[in-house]
Amino acid sequence: MSYAYYPGCSLKGMGRSYEESLLATFRALGLCLDEIDDWNCCGATAYMSVDEDKAIALAARNLAIAEPAGKDLVVPCSACYLVLEKTRKHMREYPDTRKRVCSALEGAGLRYGETARIRHPLEVLFQDVGVEGLKKAVKRPLKGVKVAPYYGCQIVRPFSNFDHQVYPVVMDRLLEACGAEVVYYPLKTRCCGGSLTGTIEEAGQRLAYILLHEAEKRGANVVATLCPLCQFNLDSYHESITRRFGQVSVPTVYFTQLVGYALGCSYEELGLGRHRVPARAALEGAETVAA
Amino acid sequence: MGFTVRQTIKYEAETDPGFAPLIKEKRGCEKLEACIQCGTCSGVCPLSIYMDHTPRQVILLTRSGFRDEVLKSNTIWLCASCYECTVSCPKDIKITDIIYSLKQEAIRARAYPRGFPIPVLAKEFYKMVRGFGRTTESFLVVKLLLKTNILAGLKMWKLGLQLVKSGRFGFVPESIKNRGQLQQILERVGEGNGTNGGPKK
Ligand code: SF4
Ligand code: SF4
Repeated sequence: MSYAYYPGCSLKGMGRSYEESLLATFRALGLCLDEIDDWNCCGATAYMSVDEDKAIALAARNLAIAEPAGKDLVVPCSACYLVLEKTRKHMREYPDTRKRVCSALEGAGLRYGETARIRHPLEVLFQDVGVEGLKKAVKRPLKGVKVAPYYGCQIVRPFSNFDHQVYPVVMDRLLEACGAEVVYYPLKTRCCGGSLTGTIEEAGQRLAYILLHEAEKRGANVVATLCPLCQFNLDSYHESITRRFGQVSVPTVYFTQLVGYALGCSYEELGLGRHRVPARAALEGAETVAA
Repeated sequence: MGFTVRQTIKYEAETDPGFAPLIKEKRGCEKLEACIQCGTCSGVCPLSIYMDHTPRQVILLTRSGFRDEVLKSNTIWLCASCYECTVSCPKDIKITDIIYSLKQEAIRARAYPRGFPIPVLAKEFYKMVRGFGRTTESFLVVKLLLKTNILAGLKMWKLGLQLVKSGRFGFVPESIKNRGQLQQILERVGEGNGTNGGPKK
């Protein structure tokens, strides 16, 4: 299977290990990701706050670039996923907006036809590979890995159609297929604080604290996430959070790092060394099963 | 002697009757009037404990024309766009989208405290994307700190150092190749800023 791929800015920067582990995981499963040519920033929440029409035009340019390949477009970052989906929806529901954006694109030689389906890697793994398919590909079951599955907000709300908006389970199933123990984690779609962790620390970091503390309380030795901002927030502020609110020590990794590890990819290939709170101890129990 | 009395609540005559119609014309804000003030949005909002007006109050204030109160409230900046309220509202009101429209209005009217980091971040982000087509987080963070709080930046040196060491802090700004095309598109789409132009029913 082959997919078009929109990485987004974070996966080339702070979220580099998300891209590394995503590519390694897809490779190990025989899936191909073709990065679309000359994509631009999705605009995220910030652009939307300044000028929404331009934000939609930005996102639509990416969709127009992706369409000619005729493949599903894989979008791993939650913010990008939401903005692209929102753009599609607004273009569908507001003819005036659509007309303006389409003519701006056409003036630049691009055509928007709403043909590319936007998909999150979770959805691809769950639907196209499947739990059974994944189980068969596992080389190194995640024994002893107790994981809190953290989805965050923007991947399930308000647009996702592949899972529940408050209590999704797709990632739980995938991690179980990899041999991990998935702990009960009722806060799985609570907000991580977004960019508030850096701008209004008291409010933002408290949300991160609540999530980390809850994961530890539920017995998790690692938190799995699927968003670069969530990963950054849950991994970067342990000292400051501990000082302000209470001790936290649990590491946070991308779900693709756990799946990739189970598929036999190395620690380095998956970018596991790039995080602030190392996850090595949590992964110790996983071992290679003799073929 | 007696009481000193001071007016604490605005009269309707002092509100802005054009404000609600303006917001209702924005994409996603059409159902503003349908709110039944049930408070579900405030209840599910993870940030309402820090807000000066809860999301429910913001909806009512907006609807009633309390323009300045709404645009100056910290609520619109504390909203992290988690969409929890939007998916929970029994009247199908897109509270998150309404708050986005309020942010846009507040930025246009410069109705936020000077040096308040969130709108500054939004504007720097906007400029960077217009110029390069992509964002480089490291550059954005440095710019934000210079414009708002250099001391906070110094406090974060340890985190910065770790990001550099782990190769996550870029030193070269990312950019697309076809910047001219992107600017042309942004130019041509115009300044409609969110007006719905009559939604499809
Ligand atoms: S949940 Fe909806 S109806 Fe209830 S107060 Fe909030 S906006 Fe109004
Ligand atoms: S979208 Fe904003 S207002 Fe709504 S629940 Fe989330 S943080 Fe609160």
